[in-house]
Amino acid sequence: MTVKVIIPTPLRPYAGKQESVDCNAKTVGEALHKLTSQFGELEKHLYTDDGRIRSFVNVYLNDEDIRYLEKENTQTKDGDTISIVPSIAGGAVR
Amino acid sequence: MNGSAMLALSPPLAEQIRAHGAETYPNECCGALLGRDEESRREVKELFPLVNRRGDSPRNRFSITPEDFRAAEQAARERGLDVVGWYHSHPDHPPLPSEYDREHAWPWYSYVIVSVEKSQAKQLRSWRLSDDRMRFVPEEVAVEPRLPAAREASSNR
Repeated sequence: MTVKVIIPTPLRPYAGKQESVDCNAKTVGEALHKLTSQFGELEKHLYTDDGRIRSFVNVYLNDEDIRYLEKENTQTKDGDTISIVPSIAGGAVR
Repeated sequence: MNGSAMLALSPPLAEQIRAHGAETYPNECCGALLGRDEESRREVKELFPLVNRRGDSPRNRFSITPEDFRAAEQAARERGLDVVGWYHSHPDHPPLPSEYDREHAWPWYSYVIVSVEKSQAKQLRSWRLSDDRMRFVPEEVAVEPRLPAAREASSNR
């Protein structure tokens, strides 16, 4: 299955400045792992040290948030688009 | 850190950020910086003010949802710009990134923080996350009067 992974602007410098990367993968998780295998510097921005997707990293398969599908086990089909969409958060110490 | 380390901002835009921080005091404000990133400089052209979605703790936290993120990106695209960063306020706290800010930050973006003391906007500073995610690096903010006057983008406020 060839799927397209859309890279958000802040991560493009770590993905060869590409807007998207094509991967051959059967699930969303496999596609993301292939992406971070190809571009190692992406890993720390997408995954925690224990290998989970960071809480402020949202992953969509086409227009669906994978949290409401089968998460990383969500199956892909040829021509699907995976989007990495940031949540932005922060705040003062207290 | 990739790219330029200087953020150019016109006085009206700097004033808009301060005014947004004063308006939402004692809660944090937030919004997107729309502009252009070039090799030697990054320039903010417009703001895209947003609603702080952290209803449970708005005085010391802010949150921008994926939907708001997409709206900001769409607004930037329509203007031929990029989302080059984000701003938020620190009510009664210096404009220094917190550990919480760092944990939730993305690389490349400029993070502008304005301190607001007793409803009065004070210092405005900008920061960028280091490539290894370990720290924020200060980014020079150039408030340049020669830039054309800003016009506020229609927004999700």
